[in-house]
Amino acid sequence: MHYDTIIIGAGMSGLAAGIRLAHFDRRVCILEKHWTIGGLNSFYRMHGRDFDVGLHAVTNYTPKGAKHGPLSRLLRQLRIRWEELELAPQAGSVIAFPDVRLRFSNDIELLRSEIEREFPDQGDNFQRLLDELADYDDLDASNFNGSARQFLSNIIDEPLLVEMLLCPLMWYGNAREHDMDVGQFFIMFRSIFLEGFARPLKGVRLILKLLVRRYRALGGELRLRSGVRRILVDGRRAVGVELEDGQQLFADRILSSAGMVETLKLCDDLAEEQPAVAGQMSFIESISVLDCLPREIGLPETIVFYNDSESFHWQRPVDSLCDTRTGVLCSPNNYLYPEESGTLPEGIVRLTTIADFDRWANLPEAEYVRQKMWWYDRAIASAVRFVPDFRGHVVATDVFTPKTIRRFTSHVNGAVYGAPDKQLDGTTHLENLFLCGTDQGFVGIVGAIVSGISMANMHCLRQA
Amino acid sequence: MTPAEIRQEIIDILTDIAPDEDLSNLEDDKPFREQIDLDSMDFLDIVMELRKRHRIQIPEEDYGELASMASTVKYLEPKMANL
Repeated sequence: MHYDTIIIGAGMSGLAAGIRLAHFDRRVCILEKHWTIGGLNSFYRMHGRDFDVGLHAVTNYTPKGAKHGPLSRLLRQLRIRWEELELAPQAGSVIAFPDVRLRFSNDIELLRSEIEREFPDQGDNFQRLLDELADYDDLDASNFNGSARQFLSNIIDEPLLVEMLLCPLMWYGNAREHDMDVGQFFIMFRSIFLEGFARPLKGVRLILKLLVRRYRALGGELRLRSGVRRILVDGRRAVGVELEDGQQLFADRILSSAGMVETLKLCDDLAEEQPAVAGQMSFIESISVLDCLPREIGLPETIVFYNDSESFHWQRPVDSLCDTRTGVLCSPNNYLYPEESGTLPEGIVRLTTIADFDRWANLPEAEYVRQKMWWYDRAIASAVRFVPDFRGHVVATDVFTPKTIRRFTSHVNGAVYGAPDKQLDGTTHLENLFLCGTDQGFVGIVGAIVSGISMANMHCLRQA
Repeated sequence: MTPAEIRQEIIDILTDIAPDEDLSNLEDDKPFREQIDLDSMDFLDIVMELRKRHRIQIPEEDYGELASMASTVKYLEPKMANL
């Protein structure tokens, strides 16, 4: 079998790339290792309830009719109407540190007024920051690197405000420990503070099903349970792939969403371990189903980013399974769903906590189950210092861990945001093997989709 | 195709790429960019749609010919005359 393009991975970026190629009549095949689509942004059903992996919020939200920004680019490129994504905007979120809370919404003016209230002498500096951001071109790779902490500290001379602004941006898309690249900072700032959060009532499955339906309608081929064992290389070119069952498929080019380190490992010309560094940031997620709606017990926020000291520590836990000093708490109930669309059947609170992949991966099975329960309790106990104590209302729980993330994404270390060093143009050591998805540089659902689109345009459609 | 038919075909393509744009007042002699929000990805799509629909190859060095409706129709006329 010979294809124009083989795509590795049926997550958001792979499906988006597939739609572009199939739309323009390319012979394209998406290979997915798992038995289901989605990768990091997948979903599952347990005890009669639907759960999402990944998605707390679709970032980069802009309202219908917006002509600029990644969401509008995505809709045009995939020929999707705005309504088809069924995005409901957030109700409002908060960054909570000891004694200081900054609320924000999809209107930047709320964050501005909160900063002016809590940090009266930083109002002008915040405006300077916005001016800098307005001039940044996220498709220009040349000014991507550099320390976001340093950049921010040069503009904002209140260290606590620097930490508070970095907290949500690192949580939602920083693969690097301690600091973040200034380009990544700009991308995240825009996607979270200038654009915003939204969610379809049915969650991530609505978006995935839309993409996969579109892809198949255009004649694209999707193979599940088809993990790639190795990428077949001839000189400077990839010629095809060998699947885990031994079958070989051939293509003019390969687009891999498996991640930088993960993709290089598959190349059979690279016998030795590559110097490319894998990411370290992984999480557990503690899901609580409530007997009431979160807002009925004083939790109206869509997302709460909390940190329990004046310093925000973004790093792999040093000496334990998890680090509960910081966390992100999200309630999918707290979006402004239109009345006619109905509501979620139950109250849900999702809490994400930093975790260490190695420690979780090395636990014996019985101990793994016990530790999941133990860290659920610890994580929630940490969170209820910043939100009303909802523990008396919990009727069901689930926890997923770095091991789960590894299983869904195949990322080394269960690294949610992939490797710290991004390959913005998607190129590799082989002239017809390209990256899309997490390690190409865009994160979030919209970012992942735009990544797939732009890599398909640049490397597969422009040529030939 | 006649020039009028080619023009209509371009309108169809633009409607497909940018469904929210009002194209009824498009001025043929003005650049597209001054009248509708098209980025470089959208321009690539005009080229790609022409290839998909009519098997017309447009080399990258000719992309500048697609700046306005008038120049696009003029450029495409010999290529689409026999369609």
